[in-house]
Amino acid sequence: MTETVKIIVVVFLLIGAFFSLVAALGVVRLPDVYTRNHAASKSATLGVMVILIGTFIYFYAAGHSNTRLLLALVFIFLTSPVGGHLINRAAYYSGVKLWDKSIRDDLKGKVKIRNFEK
Amino acid sequence: MKNKDIILQTIAKVVFFIIILFSIHIFFEGHYRPGGGFVGGLVTAGGLVLLLLAYDLKTVKKLMPINFRILIGIGLAVALLTASAAMLFDVPFFTHAFDYFDLPLLGETSLHSAALFDLGVYLVVVGTTMTIIQTIGESE
Repeated sequence: MTETVKIIVVVFLLIGAFFSLVAALGVVRLPDVYTRNHAASKSATLGVMVILIGTFIYFYAAGHSNTRLLLALVFIFLTSPVGGHLINRAAYYSGVKLWDKSIRDDLKGKVKIRNFEK
Repeated sequence: MKNKDIILQTIAKVVFFIIILFSIHIFFEGHYRPGGGFVGGLVTAGGLVLLLLAYDLKTVKKLMPINFRILIGIGLAVALLTASAAMLFDVPFFTHAFDYFDLPLLGETSLHSAALFDLGVYLVVVGTTMTIIQTIGESE
């Protein structure tokens, strides 16, 4: 394995780890469910995908073409945003309030909200 | 289901095929790498449960008119027959054999009778998991 490949792999892994860290910070710092979910589902998806690309390059340079990593890449890209969507939808439908300073709520009054709070 | 979610249903359709292909892949590589009948069966059952989540119990039953309780019986029969077929050749129960065959398209392949036993395990695992989940899902 050449030095160039090693450098590329390191860059990919560091970017992926950085995005995962940003996702974790976003989950801790952001004010309500919707913004937290936004941070988690986007940033973590990109982080994991970039780490998988780095892993694929590493093993490809070592002589193994591991298609399962590519399959996992596609799978995460397809499913993770849908998971975020479903969590947000379930939260909105069960009456979780938006952040006080949010200014726009297009769904307000258009869907039936079952209030489980109180 | 009252609130139909078009996003979940569309993605479930696409992802179902990836899951089923991956479960078949796991099933067939079990002899040389991690995998085999048990994991493959569980992954297949996972794909079917994804369809159950996205759609209705009735829709999935219409899509796949399989009685999973019969599948358990077929799996057990396959496993028992593979194990007892060894006795026809004057060797002890459960003796397996393999040989190399020249298959069209695939080239020289080693076929092992343990794969048939694995097929039995696969069918039993799919049948058991789906029976448990459908039974719990039907009761109200």
